This record gives sequence, structure tokens and C-alpha cells, in this order.
Amino acid sequence: MGSTNSTLLKIPNVEVLMQETGLKLVAEENCLNVSPAHIIRLHDRFKALDKEGRGHLCPHDFGAIKELAMNPIGDRIIGAFFSPGKETVDFHTFVKILAHFRPVDKDRPKEPNSPEPINSRSNKLKFAFQLYDQDKDGKISRDELLQVLRAMLGMQVTDEQLESIADRTIQEADLDRDDTISFEEFRKSLEKINIDHKMSIRFLR
Amino acid sequence: SKLSSVFSLSLSLYPVIELNHHVISVVPESGLLIILGFILGGIVWGADKAQTFKLLPPTFFYYLLPQIILDASYFMPNKLFFSNLGSILIYAIFGTCWNAATVGLSLWGCYEAGVMGNLDIGLLQFLLFGSLIAAVDPVAVIAVFEEVHVNEVLFILVFGESLLNDGVTVVLYNVFDAFVALGGPRIDAEEIFKGIFSFVVVAFGGSFLGVVFAVLLSLLTRCTKHIQIIEAGFVFVVGYLAYLTADMLSLSAILSVTFCGICCQKYVNANMDEKSVTTVRHAMKVLANGSETMIFVFLGITAIDTEIWVWNTGFILLTLLFVFIYRIIGVFLLTWMLNKFRLVPIEVIDQVVMSYGGLRGAVAYGLAAMLDKDKIPEKNLIISTTLIVVYFTVILQGITMKPLVQWLKVKRAAHADLKLIEKLNNRAFDHILSAVEDICGRIGDNWWTRGWNRFEENYISWLLMKPKARKNRDYLFSIFHKLNLEDAVNYVSEGERQGSLAFIRSDEVANVDFKKQFGSEFTDVMPDIMVDMSNYELGIENFSVTSIVKDTIPSVSLDIHGKDRKNVADDINAHHLLQQHLYRSRKNHRHKFSRSHFSINQSEDEVQEIFQRTMRSRLESFKSAKMGVNPAKKITKHHKKDLTHKVKDFHDASFTWIAQLYKGSVTIKMNPVFLPAMDSPTHSSLPWLMETDAVAPSQRAQWRLLWTPNRLRRLAPMRVSTCSTDSFLMADLEEHEEKPQTDHEEEIFQSGPPKKHSCRKFH
Repeated sequence: MGSTNSTLLKIPNVEVLMQETGLKLVAEENCLNVSPAHIIRLHDRFKALDKEGRGHLCPHDFGAIKELAMNPIGDRIIGAFFSPGKETVDFHTFVKILAHFRPVDKDRPKEPNSPEPINSRSNKLKFAFQLYDQDKDGKISRDELLQVLRAMLGMQVTDEQLESIADRTIQEADLDRDDTISFEEFRKSLEKINIDHKMSIRFLR
Repeated sequence: SKLSSVFSLSLSLYPVIELNHHVISVVPESGLLIILGFILGGIVWGADKAQTFKLLPPTFFYYLLPQIILDASYFMPNKLFFSNLGSILIYAIFGTCWNAATVGLSLWGCYEAGVMGNLDIGLLQFLLFGSLIAAVDPVAVIAVFEEVHVNEVLFILVFGESLLNDGVTVVLYNVFDAFVALGGPRIDAEEIFKGIFSFVVVAFGGSFLGVVFAVLLSLLTRCTKHIQIIEAGFVFVVGYLAYLTADMLSLSAILSVTFCGICCQKYVNANMDEKSVTTVRHAMKVLANGSETMIFVFLGITAIDTEIWVWNTGFILLTLLFVFIYRIIGVFLLTWMLNKFRLVPIEVIDQVVMSYGGLRGAVAYGLAAMLDKDKIPEKNLIISTTLIVVYFTVILQGITMKPLVQWLKVKRAAHADLKLIEKLNNRAFDHILSAVEDICGRIGDNWWTRGWNRFEENYISWLLMKPKARKNRDYLFSIFHKLNLEDAVNYVSEGERQGSLAFIRSDEVANVDFKKQFGSEFTDVMPDIMVDMSNYELGIENFSVTSIVKDTIPSVSLDIHGKDRKNVADDINAHHLLQQHLYRSRKNHRHKFSRSHFSINQSEDEVQEIFQRTMRSRLESFKSAKMGVNPAKKITKHHKKDLTHKVKDFHDASFTWIAQLYKGSVTIKMNPVFLPAMDSPTHSSLPWLMETDAVAPSQRAQWRLLWTPNRLRRLAPMRVSTCSTDSFLMADLEEHEEKPQTDHEEEIFQSGPPKKHSCRKFH
């Protein structure tokens, strides 16, 4: 435990971070678990990605992850780490964004005034939403949807087919007929899907 | 002679079976082959009134099995294998021991209870039988999982287990064989201790021997620069040598070949000439497929022999029952324990498939046939039971595996009619999850793996890889690494803010549908390879450097015809489109190990396509940031004109870069469009390097830069047509013509921070 404490000291504002994200200090699930606490693991990973040791990551560092290049929306996801206008990601932001993918705490008591945890279903959906909504106007326009479709579908799909898919998709989801999908419509259309399961990484618990 | 006649007979019937895809998709090939064996055996028996065609154990173990194992290990996805090695070992060692012990003991218990009638058999013999029937068989597993698409982790667990459990099986078999010879009373703690000790020696000795031979093989291929014509043969010779040597030393031969194949892959593929690598791959598949076919046919033939059949209902049925049940129990038990330690837990459905996929095969039969009849009077009963178990698992479980998987998945998903947006998002979430897992360093990215990677890069590769191959790998990796992604992200968001897709599509795209163009004759060979040969006449936005398997389709340079918009059916089934064309993510069985198709593989093409598109978009952003122009310009006509001075410099620059690549030193930080993914040896043959003064290379020149014979996910060779280069050039040609000339050369070669040029309006 001594070593974990000393590592933690190097991470600034660790308590605040832990409180905001809900990540725990010790792996309480299994005392035989060899791996260190999750924040420390993420910190190690952060340092490994930050090859030049600058203390923050830039998109270039994410680009070095080979598997991301084989992900059709990999570049978008990289972009999600960077707030608009910022070109670097520090450890706090890194962890905060990854905290979206913690499994939902089912037993969390519902305090009325506490802010919603980062990994709530709603926030997970917001994260996904912002991947589509690149211009951050709160709505997924037809063009943005087309771009996502283009990225996720094979090259065999022609543009007409793409457009027709986009049109039908919007038709299905768009309730107020403004030809865009707002976050509420987005959320409603995905009611049936088990977001917790689909957007959670177990080992971030 | 008998072997060869069976071989030729079965191979000639092989294509008949293959042609009927519908049958294959229901009954696994192995099952059909066994049935074929029945027929053949019937014919022979009818002619000779005795079974003259027998699968003798030596034949099986020395002539048929080694190449299958070599093939399996040579194409093993190493990263996946090693990251799951712990789980695989647990299943292989403890799972097999559990199976052997429980089956043996239960049968003995039932025997003592009198269910089986009178048999001349004792506890030790039951345990011996348990040990030989316990092992999951790699041949059978591959054959059945071929049809069932499972996710990569599940596949590697079952497959890895089936390969590695040989160590345990051999030891247990030999130990119990020796015990049986000794006789019951003489067994004491010393003997048991010797047994455990022998396991360690056999298993680790075999593996170590395999590694030694892998090193030998790598060194050999490193030095074969001048005898390239035979270097392909070395792989087989040394592989077989590994098998024989281990067998000679009484170590585990299968483990030896397994580790030989696993460890030598990377270096052998890096060192050998491209043609040799292709030769090796093809030959391996031929041998492995042939052997497997023969094994299954023989398994069928040996059934038609009145001599060996001893029927004991109790014994046989109980064996089947116990084998099945204890497999299930064993898998669930072990998985429960493993899930406490694993990063990514194994789900219930995977466990079900794993237990159901514990198929027994020819190895069990071979071991049974090797039993000494004097020591084990009930040898025929054992053989009969083994055969029945094999048939049951291969045929019945093989047939029902796929429906079972589908039923389970459907049940679990519980949706028939998802809306489009749900389907789309489902897949998007899979991609998001994969990406975040990668960002977190999903599997084993810890101090150990990083340390090992460094060690391997610096020392082992230095020893085993040709210097040129090593340099190329390092160079390309570093280039990839220096890619300025920031520009890519900016570019994408910039384009999207403009609200147009112009930078992704163009008006005149030549989207050639392979099926339409060439009809069905090619679709069987190349089912979904998309050839998007947008001529540089029309614009660069659409060039996609799809790979073309050179050998099968000659010169696939298709003339461009304008896209026929009228052909698009009005009633597009959007759901069907999504179903067909959404890129699969890691979770959706993107990885596929295939017995018969290794270069023509849909999911590999997908991965390649995605990779190329990502690279393209990054490249475009890189270009736009560096040169401050947008590439989305309409280009009218290509004509082979003399390049202007500036463009020629640029032309030369890109070729100079390539020349530098060849020489291995980096001066220009410009990335090519096609970058290999990872540990990639390269063999560049750049025919036009000689012609830097000439005009743009012909459209048909195949630019085989960066062909990577063995990559992480075994992507097919990336053969790129020079259309791309040309369009790259042509785009720049246009830009040069339009924009007032600044000193482009300086701009290109600068590696400083990108200047923020105002992006011109896309249209």
C-alpha cells in the first residue's frame, strides 16, 4: 500500500478527481487482485501514451494507438477527448472522460441535490451524442448523420443509399419534425437498448 | 499406396462437397467427411470382407498430424494468444486433468456399481481411458468453428486450449500406461510424484524445444538471401524436425511444433522473400487441409470393421454422458474462477459455446489404437467407445453448434425489429467501446508487456530478423507515429462545420460493383472485395487504396464508367443495407481464423478498408494543414503532360522519400497513404524509382510498397495501384496551378508546427 500512496501523491488533486468520477482507491472486489487501483492504472497508461513526458496528451499521442486507426469512428472518439479549442488533454480530463464508461452503480442512493454521476445512463448517452453532433449545436443534422453513416458503412454503399438510410433514420427518430435529432429524441429512440451494458468497461469499476 | 489412394479419392470428392454450400453450412465439413469415410469403408469392406484400410497410429501421428498443428500455429494470432495465455493454460491443464479424472472415476464408479456388466478392467484402466478421451482436439475444433463465427476471445480460448492440452494428455496417457504396466499395488507416492514431474518435463521441454527450433528457423531464413528459391522448404523441414525431435526425446511433440510455429511466424515472414511467404502459406493450407480431410475420412473408414466393435451399452452411453457433462461443469467452474482475475470477463454464452465446443477427434482415436492389447484386454471396447464419442461430438455437436449459437444470441438480444437508429447506434456503441478499451490499453498493456516489447525489439529482432526488414519496420512505425493527428481532427471538424460532404464524396465517383462487373464467376473467389478505382481523372477524394489480390484477378484496372444512378433501386432496403455493410467491430467477430481462406477474407478486407480510410482522412488533413489548400477540387482531365518544374520537384520529393525509405533514413516527414498497421516487414519493389524523370507512372503499375505478409490480424497484402499516387500528384498539380506559387518544397519538408492556413471553401 505504501507504493500506491506515493504514486497517488504524484497525481494532483486526486481526491477531487476520485469524488467526481467515482473511481475508487482500492480494488475492493477481490483482495487477491494484483492490479493496482484503477486511477493508478489509468495514470500509468496516461504516462505510457504521453511518450514525450509532457504531462498532457495531444491528438498525435492518441494516433499512435494502432488499433484506433482500424476503428471507423476512431478519430471522432479521439476528438471527443479534446474540448473545443483545446489541443491537449491533461490527466484529469482523460480520467473524467473515461469515467463515462464505468458501469452504472445500481445501488447508489438517489440524493436529490447531488450532481448526476458521470457514468449515469444519461451522461453516457450525451457522450455518444456528441460524437455525432460535431458542431455542438445540440442537434444531429442530416449531414452529420450522413457523415457518421459514411464512416460506419462499407465503401460498397452508394451515396443514394446512404442518403436514403439517413432520411429514414431521421424519420424514425425525429418527433418534432424539424429534420434533426435532438438529444431528447436521441435518448428516446434508444430506450430499449441496454446502455449500461453496451457502454461500460468492467474493469473501470 | 493405400494412403495415397485414399488421399486421392477423398480429395477428388472434396470439391464435390465444397460445391454444395448449403450442405456445408448445416453439416460441418468434418461430419460429411466422416460419412464419406463410412461409405468408402463400406465399399472396401464389401470388396475385401475385411477392413484393409486402417488408420494406423504411426501414420496418423507422423504423417498426418504434424502439418495440421504446424499450420494452426503458423497462422496463430500471436497477440491474442499471449494475452489470453493464462486462461488458455488454466483450461488446458486443469480442464484436461479435471475431465480425465472425473470421467475415469465416474466410469469406474459405475462399473463397480455393476452397470456395465462384466468387464476385465480396473481403476487404472478407467483412468487411462479418461485421459485419452479427455483432450479437446484441435483438428475437430477448427473444423467446426469454421462455420460458426464466434468472437475472437472465445475462439482463441478453445483453440489455444486444444493445442496446448496435448502436453497434459501425453503425460497422463504415458503415466497411466506405465501404471497399468506396473500394476496397481506398486503405485505409491514416488510414482505419483514421478508422474507430476514428468508432466513438467514433457510439457516445458517440448515447448522449449519448439522455441529452439523457431530460433533456428529464423536464423536460417535470415541467411537465405541467395537461396530464396528453397527457403520456403525450410519452414516445413524445420517444423517437422521439431516434431520428430520432441517425439524422439519423449517430449510433447505437438507442443514443440506449436511453439515453433508461434515463435517463428514473425521473423520468418519478415526475413523471407514475399514469394516464399506466399508459397509457405499456400502450401501449409494445402497440406493441412489434405491431412485433415484424410483424417476424417479414415475415421469413417475404420468404423466399418467388424473386428473392433465391442458394444457395451452401459459403458458407451455413460461415457458419452460423462464426457458431455463434465466438460460443461469443468468449463463453468474454471471460468468462474478465471473471471475474478481477467480484465475482460468471459460471458455465459461464451462459456456455453466453449463447453459445447469441446470436441474430441482423431488424437483420441490414435491414442486408443496405440493401447497394448495384452495389458488392456478391453482395448476394442475402448476403441469402439472412442469412435462413438468422436462421431457424436464431431457430427452431432458440429451440426447443432451453429443453431445453438444462433438461438442463444437471438434469445439474449431479444429483438427482432430494431429501428434503424437503434441498429446504427448498437454498432456505434460497439465501436466506441472497442476504441475506449484500446485507449485504456485493453489487454495486458502493463509493465510486463511493455518491457517484453522493448526487449524483443531491441535484442531478439536484432538477432533474428534481417537488418533491412528491421529497419523498414522501425522506419514505418516511426513515420506512423509522427503523424500529426491534430490536423486530421481539425480537418474533419472543419469540413463538417462547413456542412458539406464534399471532401468525402465527389460528383463522379466510379464505384465499381465487383459483382455487377464480373458476375458470379468472381464473387465466389472474391466475395466482397470492393474495387474502387476512381480514376485520377475525376478527383482524388474518392480514391481508395483497396487491396487487390493480384494472383486471382489479373490486372484489375477497370476503366471508369460514370456511376449509373438509374440503377439504384428506389425501394432500398435500408435495414438490409445496414445489416450487410455496417463495419464490424472487434466484438462482432471481426477476427476470423479460417481453414481454407486466408487471404480472401471479408473481415480482413473490412479492417483494411477502415484503416485506409482513416489514413486517407489523416493524410488529407495533414496535407491541408501543411500546404494550406484543400484537396477537394474538381479535376478535369488527366493527360500525360510534362510536369512543371515545381510539381516535378514535388514528384521527386515523394519519390525521394520513397528512396529514403528504401535506404532506411528519414529526412522527410511525409506519410504515405498506405501505412501498414504494425510489426510489418516490408519489401518494396518500386519499379519507377528508375524513372523519376519520366512522366507519371502508368495507371496500371502495381505499387507493391509495404506489402505485409503477416500482420497483427493477418491482413491481406496491401497492393496498391498507382492510381492513388497519380491522383495525389494530380491533386497537387491542380493546386499548384491554382494557387500562387510559394516555395512548396520548403513547406513540405518542414516539420515544424503546422501553419494555420485558412481552409478554402469546399464545394
